[in-house]
Amino acid sequence: MSSNTPYKAPAVPSREGWSNYFQTSARTAADPRLKDFYQAGTLPPDTPLAQADFIAMDFETTGLDPLNDAIVSIGLVPFTLSRIRCNQATHYLVKPRRDLVSESIAIHGITHSDIEEAPDLNLILEDLLGQISGKLVVVHYRQIERHFLHQALLKRLNEGLLFPVIDTMTLEHGICRKQQNLMEKLLRSPLPSLRLPDIRERYGLPRYHLHHAMTDALATAELLQAQIAHAFDPQQKVKEFWE
Amino acid sequence: MQAEQIEISSFLSQYRPFSQLPEAALDELARNIEITYFRAGFDILQYGDPIQDLYIVRSGAVETFRRTGELYNRLDQGGIFGQMGLMMNRRVRFAVKALEDTLLYCIPADLFNRYCDEHACFSDYFEADSGDLLRHTVSATSESSSLATVKAKSLIVRSPVCVGPETSVRDAAKVMTRERVSSLLVTQQNPNHTDGACKVLGIVTDRDLRMRALAEELPVETPLAKIMSEELVTLDSNAYVFEAMLVMLRQNLHHLPLMHKHKPVGVLALSDILQHESQSSLLFVRGIFTQMKVEDLALYARQLPAVYARMVNEGANSHMVGSAMSVIGRSFKQRLLALAEEKFGPPPVPYCFLALGSMARDEQLLVTDQDNAIVLDDRYEPALHATYFEQLASFVCDGLAACGYTYCSGDIMASNQKWRLTRTQWQTQFSDWIKSPDPQALLNSCIFFDLDGVWGELEFAETLKQFVAHESRNAPHFLANMAGNALNRTPPLGFFKGFVMEQDGRHGKSINLKRRGTAPLSDVIRVHALAVGSTAQNSFERLEDISEANLLPPDKGRELSDALEYISMVRIRHQASDVEQGHTPDNSINPDQLSSFERRNLKEAFQVLDKAQNFLKFRYHSKRPLS
Repeated sequence: MSSNTPYKAPAVPSREGWSNYFQTSARTAADPRLKDFYQAGTLPPDTPLAQADFIAMDFETTGLDPLNDAIVSIGLVPFTLSRIRCNQATHYLVKPRRDLVSESIAIHGITHSDIEEAPDLNLILEDLLGQISGKLVVVHYRQIERHFLHQALLKRLNEGLLFPVIDTMTLEHGICRKQQNLMEKLLRSPLPSLRLPDIRERYGLPRYHLHHAMTDALATAELLQAQIAHAFDPQQKVKEFWE
Repeated sequence: MQAEQIEISSFLSQYRPFSQLPEAALDELARNIEITYFRAGFDILQYGDPIQDLYIVRSGAVETFRRTGELYNRLDQGGIFGQMGLMMNRRVRFAVKALEDTLLYCIPADLFNRYCDEHACFSDYFEADSGDLLRHTVSATSESSSLATVKAKSLIVRSPVCVGPETSVRDAAKVMTRERVSSLLVTQQNPNHTDGACKVLGIVTDRDLRMRALAEELPVETPLAKIMSEELVTLDSNAYVFEAMLVMLRQNLHHLPLMHKHKPVGVLALSDILQHESQSSLLFVRGIFTQMKVEDLALYARQLPAVYARMVNEGANSHMVGSAMSVIGRSFKQRLLALAEEKFGPPPVPYCFLALGSMARDEQLLVTDQDNAIVLDDRYEPALHATYFEQLASFVCDGLAACGYTYCSGDIMASNQKWRLTRTQWQTQFSDWIKSPDPQALLNSCIFFDLDGVWGELEFAETLKQFVAHESRNAPHFLANMAGNALNRTPPLGFFKGFVMEQDGRHGKSINLKRRGTAPLSDVIRVHALAVGSTAQNSFERLEDISEANLLPPDKGRELSDALEYISMVRIRHQASDVEQGHTPDNSINPDQLSSFERRNLKEAFQVLDKAQNFLKFRYHSKRPLS
């Protein structure tokens, strides 16, 4: 199963290009589930943050390589700037196509027997797309969620999946850069840590036992609320933030 | 399919009332939580707005405000707000503002109502009245505080004594003496009512007679209407002892009329509460007087820490704890002196045994050394009587040490012949300190300015107090020196810098709450008290005198008293928890043991001390530089 060709990241549209990309993909996608998803379109790019429906998404994976590692769990938490709604949160366990690497079991707290009974990603795809359709996905470190999902679908359907996301890590990078003074910028002083727990601590958010997809998605949703409360205007438009 | 919210349920399970929910109910609640974030300084709820949720502080801290804008409460992690609004008319009753960056868990109103219906622990917690809320905060460690379960009216032993406003001061004093009460209600009979309903116009207390009539040299014919306190604060007779105590502490009252259907049913005195509250400590005191030998007394004294911890857990405030511990300390002295007089025979000349320092101030806590002295009658002749008093004093001081009151490191003890002086010698000594103050000498002797008689001719002590109050009042140079000394011990403000930011920082150091908190506060208060000629020894009572003399604006006096109460309570609770965990109690506290909430309040209290010290510098400045 493992591949020797290195993973090649898909071409991602520019900030302004997402609407077009969805329109085109709605025509070209072969799988009806993907077709429907694209057809539903993105959030209107001019939607103010204050009125946007977000959904935080987090994956736990067997490793960091989208080609040779697989998704084992997915956490989804829908929210707005004013409320995170736990009663609409979803957690999926999915069965990876390759054997779980034993070390990762400790990290995720997910055991072989949990996984044995879990469905393949293909079986939950329709439900998953239904959940995120029409919402703006929020992740922390987009490389994981975007590339693992894209790659997993390439393997199964021969076509990938891309959609705009807000990456709280990118946002934080920008916020920290802005807060540096000229001297620090000139000296290229290192930025503070961009790890999720470290950033959360700076915003006075509680310490969670991370590495559970559900909790990490919740942690990401809370972080976006905090970042916008501190550094942005809720009337700013979503197209300034997604990528 | 709903996802499990382990992180949320495990958080909620740490706090009442959620901790009492069955597991399945807790999980369901956690799955239905909504979350929202507020930046520090932002409004969360505004008075009168509709309210749809119950809020729980997950991290950060909030302040709640009364409609008047007055601060009502501060809540941090695990704190709950919004229940009043949800249960009344779904409008916000207390405005709420984020004090720090705050993450809130919200329970939607429908779910809240369902849980109140289905789970008794939930409704019990929320359906209690508002005073209850604070009660949960104040006595979180005790599940069944007697203060919170006993009704105030149960402490009333007699119906109130009422007189008309035209009653003269003389007649009032006579009625009070005859009826053995310390207060009178001034009432107006309502001619339209025959059932005894009357209008309460005001209250007159012992203190009012003393301060507003006698001290002002008003004629004894003066009608009470002229000296009574109007705008009476009253409480419904169904209130709990705890609420009565809070009202009295807040408003600084010693007497609180209880009303039933607009009729006064009795007057609750602070001493009634004190007596109720310290029943266990009173029993302990009774036991002291039954011990026949010093060794038995020493053995008995080992129970003291447990008595102390129990008192703290029952929700006593610092005044109660301090007074009860002082009563106990005094009782040990009295018992030892009685034993000494049995052993060495009756005293050859009259004397008075003095308590100095915290015991004299009624502010004694657990970790304390003995400070005492003896005032001898002027007929004392060293050649004849010195041996007797030396033996007696050594017996008492050694006995106190055996009972856990360690020897005074500065040797300010009756066993030191330097501090066994005649009445005249004491007056000379105080005159020396006051008229030609030497800063170093004063530093070691400021403890003498808190004195109280515990045994023998108590009147010797009273005369000395009067003398000191009179002499020091008009001694600017002395006051300046005392003020200078009161600035020696500064609050640990630097220690708190960035406290909120460095929540995970390591603090190897600790704060001595006595040396850097309560002691310098008492020092500051003592200087002001001496300046206004107050004979009170207790810091809170001194503050009253200071405020009445208009030396400090009322809010400043209030601030000082709050700060003293707060730091004392942290110190007291800390000692009590040491006792319960089997550690040796001390006065030092490690900031890691404090919640961010306590740190903030403590920091504020230390800032009050800092400001008060600055004011002292400015107020008692004399030619001599104070630094």
